[in-house]
Amino acid sequence: MTTILSDVPDASGRFGEFGRRFVPETLMHALEELTQEYEKAKQDESFQSELNDLLKHYVGRPNPLYFAERLTKHCGGGKIYFKREDLNHTGAHKINNTIGQALLTMRMGKKRVIAETGAGQHGVASAVACARFGLECIVYMGEEDIRRQKLNVFNMKMMGAEVRAVTSGSKTLRDAVNDAMRDWMSSVESTHYIIGSVIGPHPFPMMVRDFQSVIGKETRAQCLEQTGKLPDQVIACVGGGSNSAGMFYPFIDDESVKLIGVEAGGRGPEPGEHASTLSYGAKGVLHGSFGYVLQDSDGQTQDVHSISAGLDYPGVGPEHSYWKDSGRVNYTAITDNEALEGFQTMAKQEGIIPAIESSHAIAHAMKVAREAHPDETIVVCLSGRGDKDVNEVARLLGQEI
Amino acid sequence: MSSEGRMAFMPFITAGDPDLDTTVAVLKELANCGVDLIEIGFPYSDPIADGPVIQESYTRALNNHFQVHELFDVLKSLSSDQTTTLPPLVGMVSYAIIFRYGAEKFLNEASAAGFSGLIVPDLPGDEALEFSQKTQLANLDLVQLVSPLTPEDRTKRIVQTASGFIYCISVAGTTGVRDELPAELTTHLESLRQLTDLPLAVGFGISKPEHVDTLRGKADGFIIGSAIVKQFAAFSDSNQTRAEVISSIGNYASEMMSATRG
Repeated sequence: MTTILSDVPDASGRFGEFGRRFVPETLMHALEELTQEYEKAKQDESFQSELNDLLKHYVGRPNPLYFAERLTKHCGGGKIYFKREDLNHTGAHKINNTIGQALLTMRMGKKRVIAETGAGQHGVASAVACARFGLECIVYMGEEDIRRQKLNVFNMKMMGAEVRAVTSGSKTLRDAVNDAMRDWMSSVESTHYIIGSVIGPHPFPMMVRDFQSVIGKETRAQCLEQTGKLPDQVIACVGGGSNSAGMFYPFIDDESVKLIGVEAGGRGPEPGEHASTLSYGAKGVLHGSFGYVLQDSDGQTQDVHSISAGLDYPGVGPEHSYWKDSGRVNYTAITDNEALEGFQTMAKQEGIIPAIESSHAIAHAMKVAREAHPDETIVVCLSGRGDKDVNEVARLLGQEI
Repeated sequence: MSSEGRMAFMPFITAGDPDLDTTVAVLKELANCGVDLIEIGFPYSDPIADGPVIQESYTRALNNHFQVHELFDVLKSLSSDQTTTLPPLVGMVSYAIIFRYGAEKFLNEASAAGFSGLIVPDLPGDEALEFSQKTQLANLDLVQLVSPLTPEDRTKRIVQTASGFIYCISVAGTTGVRDELPAELTTHLESLRQLTDLPLAVGFGISKPEHVDTLRGKADGFIIGSAIVKQFAAFSDSNQTRAEVISSIGNYASEMMSATRG
C-alpha cells in the first residue's frame, strides 16, 4: 500500500492523478468562483456555526451509532454497528450536503438551484434545503427513476420543487447529470448546481466530501466513546460515493481501520449488468472529472444496471479512484439478490427497513461479520431508510401492496 | 478569407450519422459547395456542451455502432481519392474519447486521416497545456474555446495555448439554433481581437444569413452545427431519401456560402 494523505485534493482539484476539471469553458469561471467562495466559507466561523446549528436542530444530528445485537447474533462473529443516517430529516445522508450547499448558494447571492437525482433522496434533500431557504429548485430525474421512485417525486413536488423528466439515454442518473449540467451551462450566472455526490469537476468532490465528513467524524467519536477503540472495519455502499467518502475520510489516516466500499454488483459481471465502476471500470473522463468509468474501448460510457436507482451510476468520485489505486480502501460488489436478502434480514432482525443502497453494505457486512472475531467491531453506514424502496422491493418479491 | 473580403463558413456534421457512407457523401457535397473548413463531431455518449439536436445525432451514430477507428479509415481512403478535394477538417471530440483511445495514438491517427486540427470542448485552457504540446508534435492545431463568461485574465492564458483559430462561443449555454445573437457579442469579439492575432470564428446559435451579417467585420468565420445536423433526423423519420437530405444540406450550405460575401 502506498502512503496516502488526507490532504487532498491540491489547488487544481487533483487527488493524485484523479479529479481536476474537464468541463466546457462556459463553466470554468463559475467553478473558480465557487472554489473561492467555499474556501472563504470554510474559514468563516459564522458560516460553520450556522451550518452546525442547522445540522443539529434541523437535520437532527448527531444521529446514533447503534449496536445491532440481533443481527450480530444472527451472523455470529464480529459486532455490527450502524451509523444511523436513516434517522436524519428526510431519511438519508444526502441532506448533510444539500444544507451546506444551500448555505453557499445564499452566500453567492444566487436564487435558483438545480440538482440531479437517481433514487430521489438527493432531490428530496435539495427540495427540502431550498424550501428552508426560499430558493427556486429544479430537479432533473430520469424517466425510469421517476417510475421507480414515485414517493420521492411526490415529496419533491410537495416542497415546491419542479421535477423535470429526463428522457434521453438510459433515462437514469447519468442522463439526469447530463441534463443538469446543460441547464447550468445556460444559467450559471444566476444558478447554483447542487451536485449530489462526490463527483463532477473541482471543487465538488472535495466540497461534498467535506459536508458528508460529519458522518465519519461522529462515528469516530461515538466508537471511541461506546467501544473504547476505533472500529476494525468500516463498510459503506458506493454509487457516486458520497456517504462512503463522508464515512471513510475521517478514518483515512488511521491505518488500523480497514475500509471497504461496496458497489452494485447487479445481475453479474457482464457489461451492462452491474454498476461496479471500481471493480470493472477503466480510467477515463465522465461528468467533468477524471476517475474510473465503466466505458468501452472508444471511451463511450456503458449502460449500467442495479436494483438500486441510487447506485446505478457508471462513474465514481475521483477520491475513491485515488483510494482504490493507493490500496487504502478495498472495493467489492454485492449482487441485486444479495442486497435484497440483506434488506429482508435487516428488517426482520433489527426492525429497520434500510434503503436498497445501504442494503448492499449490510449484505457485505453480514459476510464479513461471519469471518470476524467476536472482539472485532464492524461499523456500517446505514445511509438511508427504505420507505422509498418498498414498492420496488414488493414488485421484485412478487408481492402486492 | 479576409483578403477576399469574406468570412469563412465552417459547417459541422456528426460522423457516422446515421452511418459512415452518409458522412462521406455529405463531406463530398460540402466540399463541392466550397465551404472553407468542415468540423466533424465524434459521437459521444455523454456530451454536456451540446444541445438536444447534436446529442440526438450522436445517439443515432452510436446506435449504429460508430467506432473511432472506422472513421479514421474512411477519411484516409477519402483523402487518397483523386476525385475529391476536401477542405481542412477539424475534429470536435471529447477528451473522454481521446484519453481512452490513447492520446498519442488518437493524435497520430487523426493526423494521418487528414485532420488539421482538433477542438476538445471539455479540455479547457488550464487542462490543455500538456495536450497542446502533444497536438503540435502530431502536426495538429488545438483550437481553444472562449466563452462570454471567460474573464480577461483567463482568456489571455487560453489564447496562448491555442492555434488554428479561436472558437468564440456566442452565448453562455449549449449548442443549438437561436433566433438572435446577443448584442454584447460585438464587444466580446472586439476585446478578443486585442488579445490574439488568430482568426476568430463564432459558433453556437448561428443558422441564418442575417446572423452572418451581424458578424461581418467583427469575426473571421462562423460555425453552423445544429441547423445542419437537424436535417439528418429525416433519415430516421424515413420521410426523405439520402439523396434528398444531402441535396437539401447542399442547398443550405450554398446559401450560407453566399452569405459569407455579404
